[in-house]
Amino acid sequence: MAVGFLQRERIVAPPGWSRWLIPPAALSIHLAIGQAYAWSVFKPPLEAGLEISGVLSALPFTLGIIMLGLSAAVFGTKVDANGPRWAMLTASACFVTGFLISAVGLYLGQYWLVIVGYGFVGGIGLGIGYISPVSTLIKWFPDRPGLSTGIAIMGFGGGALIASPLTQQLLSTFGATGDNPSVPGIGNTFLVMGLIYAVFMSVGWLLIRVPPEGWAPAGWNASAEKERPLVSSAHVSASNSIKTPQFWLLWVVLCFNVTAGIGILERAAPIYRDFFPDATTPQALAAAAAGFVAILSLANAIGRILWSSTSDFLGRKNMYRIYLGVGALLYLLLALAQNGNKVVFLIACMVILSFYGAGFATVPAYLRDLFGTYQVGAIHGRLLTAWSTAGVLGPLIVNAIADAQIAAGVQGPGRYTMSFYIMIGLLVVGFVCNELIRPVDPKFHEPDRSGAAQAGAAA
Amino acid sequence: MSTSDSPQQWGALQWAGTVLLWLWVLVPFGYGLYQLLIKIPALFGT
Repeated sequence: MAVGFLQRERIVAPPGWSRWLIPPAALSIHLAIGQAYAWSVFKPPLEAGLEISGVLSALPFTLGIIMLGLSAAVFGTKVDANGPRWAMLTASACFVTGFLISAVGLYLGQYWLVIVGYGFVGGIGLGIGYISPVSTLIKWFPDRPGLSTGIAIMGFGGGALIASPLTQQLLSTFGATGDNPSVPGIGNTFLVMGLIYAVFMSVGWLLIRVPPEGWAPAGWNASAEKERPLVSSAHVSASNSIKTPQFWLLWVVLCFNVTAGIGILERAAPIYRDFFPDATTPQALAAAAAGFVAILSLANAIGRILWSSTSDFLGRKNMYRIYLGVGALLYLLLALAQNGNKVVFLIACMVILSFYGAGFATVPAYLRDLFGTYQVGAIHGRLLTAWSTAGVLGPLIVNAIADAQIAAGVQGPGRYTMSFYIMIGLLVVGFVCNELIRPVDPKFHEPDRSGAAQAGAAA
Repeated sequence: MSTSDSPQQWGALQWAGTVLLWLWVLVPFGYGLYQLLIKIPALFGT
């Protein structure tokens, strides 16, 4: 019974099924797992309640992001083989179990259970959940792959928007705020959030459907699509994809585009305070810095759907030319103009952050163009190791340089000038790598194209 | 073979289901977005 329920044959869409039911199913997974970006809300009560350091309180999140990259890479092929319902249910089970283990750990005063539960078990849920709807969306929306994956991946960014106020509210309700927070109260917050996410995510695995074999949207001309530059009609397996230069060029493109965005995102509030310290009161300055973080989060989320959708018309390679080329010019503008004009500063930062989010959202469609739909989920999973690398690289560069500048007594925007020039260099390298991307050599194509296409259509 | 992805072909049940599902994800997202937007005016000193 359980195996049958998860089988791919059980979720082939019947006649009359609308493809517009697929994005909400995908969003119910991504909006939930995007909670990971709101982990920082848990840090103050954990540090005060358990008397642990900032490094230790960050460990569940750090381990979770590492597990995201690893599990996406390791389980990607299984996700493509078993289908999206299996993947979504597995992701939900891992993610929710992570919360429940953490709650038990806090009731028992055993912090290592939070690290193992949220970081390790929950992190596996993050990785499988992140890639679970991608190939299905691409197959339902062959005419608009950028739009469909943009919606889902915007959901991952939006997950933190929901989780952050929800967590604050629950912590407050259970007396887990202030200087002496209740540790069982933090546990209650984990428990309730786990239960909420279990219900919320169930819509995803209950409603997800794959298109019937040979299905295509009405009026869509597949042959016209394949005539576009870089759009392949062939299919490449996940194991073959990593033997191609295209995969590694795209790996560098994604890694450096993410690194450049994290450069601002990681230190957004201190950057704002250093650029524009002239507020009337410290409270007003803190509120303005929080507003700056909020506006960047908004730009990040909007960029995911706006630019990714635009890529369906302009082409993936052209979009990355914009992300990387215009991004480098905007960083140059920030380095040269410094704090001369606040409006220019805000617009430049917002556009840079919109390109950061768009880099994530556009890459599944770029992979589809290059490698076909056969194992695009698994290939995407392997590519996400670039994200994990950038997650270490970006903060390392910006924090190390800013700390050194502060130690040297540098004041104001000058603390970040060197970081900005490094980001320009990375973006230029990424731009060159994008220029070097050509169609995949036919020797990497699956020998039986029709068979591969059918397997892909069924996945 | 095709499914009815065009809204003109939908029945009342499909419309209701689709609207309900989109509300399932858009209502929480809207709540999060609202909480974010109310922080932005402070950036401009209001």
